[in-house]
Amino acid sequence: MCGIAGLFLKDSKLAPELGGLLSGMLAALSDRGPDSAGFAVYGDGESGQIKLTLRAAPSFDFVELMAVLGKIAGAPLTYQVYDTHAVVSIPLDREVAVATALASNSAVDVVARGKRMAVFKEVGLPADVAKRFGLNAMTGTHAVGHTRMATESAVTTNGAHPFTTGTDQCLVHNGSLSNHNDVRRDLIRRGMAFRTENDSEVAAGYLSAQMSEGASLQEAMTSSLSALDGFYTFVIGTETGFGVLRDPIACKPAVMAETDRWVAFGTEYRALVDLPGIDGAKVWEPEPAKVYLWERH
Amino acid sequence: MPVVDLAHSSLRDLNGALHALTPDTNETHWTVINPRGQHNIAVGLDAPVEVEVEGHVGYYCAGMNKQARVTVRGNAGQGIAENMMSGKVHVTGDASQAAGASGNGGLLVIDGNASARCGISMKGIDIVVKGSVGHLSAFMAQAGNFVVLGDAGEALGDSIYEAHLYVRGTVASLGADCIEKPLGEEHKTELKRLLSEAGIDDVDTSEFKRYGSSRKLYHFHIDNVGSY
Repeated sequence: MCGIAGLFLKDSKLAPELGGLLSGMLAALSDRGPDSAGFAVYGDGESGQIKLTLRAAPSFDFVELMAVLGKIAGAPLTYQVYDTHAVVSIPLDREVAVATALASNSAVDVVARGKRMAVFKEVGLPADVAKRFGLNAMTGTHAVGHTRMATESAVTTNGAHPFTTGTDQCLVHNGSLSNHNDVRRDLIRRGMAFRTENDSEVAAGYLSAQMSEGASLQEAMTSSLSALDGFYTFVIGTETGFGVLRDPIACKPAVMAETDRWVAFGTEYRALVDLPGIDGAKVWEPEPAKVYLWERH
Repeated sequence: MPVVDLAHSSLRDLNGALHALTPDTNETHWTVINPRGQHNIAVGLDAPVEVEVEGHVGYYCAGMNKQARVTVRGNAGQGIAENMMSGKVHVTGDASQAAGASGNGGLLVIDGNASARCGISMKGIDIVVKGSVGHLSAFMAQAGNFVVLGDAGEALGDSIYEAHLYVRGTVASLGADCIEKPLGEEHKTELKRLLSEAGIDDVDTSEFKRYGSSRKLYHFHIDNVGSY
């Protein structure tokens, strides 16, 4: 099972509605993935700054942490706390010092890095997870989300999607990969680190490795068709891109819709029914083994 | 002429009302609005009634249909008209995977494209797709007719038994034991009837190619009969 929701806005006037729309899409996919949920939102970016998404236990005092990090950075840091997560903006030239301090703090994990991307995920029903993080209020250009019914690894926050293995890069997956151990070993040899035993993280890592070696997202997605074996529908986000890929056998359901204001992906059409203008949208099933990609310029 | 609005009525109430119809019912024309991609709409009907669904439907719409004529004005999710026994199901848009799967009878017409595994394990249903079909369509097809006006994806008719396959466009590849066969006059007559039942009168039957079983797989060999 598992459910995927993705929304890429073409019309910037819809930006304030991004979180609310994704929230509705995830709730509609609740019975496909009641274990856990997560989402990546591509919001505002500031030049010279990098955003880190931090995660800690429910009682963790982010205010105190930020005071310490502000001193290390030499100036107070802009941040926002979202339940168990916090997103902090750090001047690029102070990132190493801040990251070093974070690495030595075992109470907090750095779970995502992006100029514009922040990633939130937790165990629980999708609607509850969305509410805990205040997804309704989030704005941005595109977002991908996932509702999980675990098959290949445990129900944990780390096992929830999206997986991010590169700056502003994330992936959500419906399916199961059969050669993920092999690909993981190869990627580890190439210098990549993994947080989990999860097959989907390997897919994210594969794409990140390809892109770090110079491939475009389009090229990385195309080569993953031969490198990754198993069942998969991927929805992929980068700072400017939104990609969709299904395995050649197309075991997992998928439906897409597009208007002149947005492009959306849903594991089922039910996830798309409340999008503005859906009645006039082009609705279709993405073809197997075909790279679908939208980029903003 | 009941109109059921699924934005306000439950799916269970709709299907319950349709199942309660008797053969002599006067409520012979039903309209369903706001389907919003819900699964299992109008499944298990067994009455000579017309049901029109205005919008896209989810999985298994009109599954196990007997007698009824169901029209979906939109796209259908997986398994439209799965295991249909009789009647007619018409989709004006595209259909997802496994359209008409394991159908025993009746007619399924899809105006758009059908994706993978259309007509998988069909057992007597007639399927007419005006667009193209995806890979592994008519896999293990046992009986019935399968007509595609567009193209067919890879492995058409894999492990086919006795169903008749007609494709007007290209076939990406044929599955195991499926071969092209001559299109005789009796096949053109059959094809003309199927097209006509699907409301198509302007297509020349000689534009189609016919495919079927070469009957060389294990179970077709008389030497293996003692194994069962």
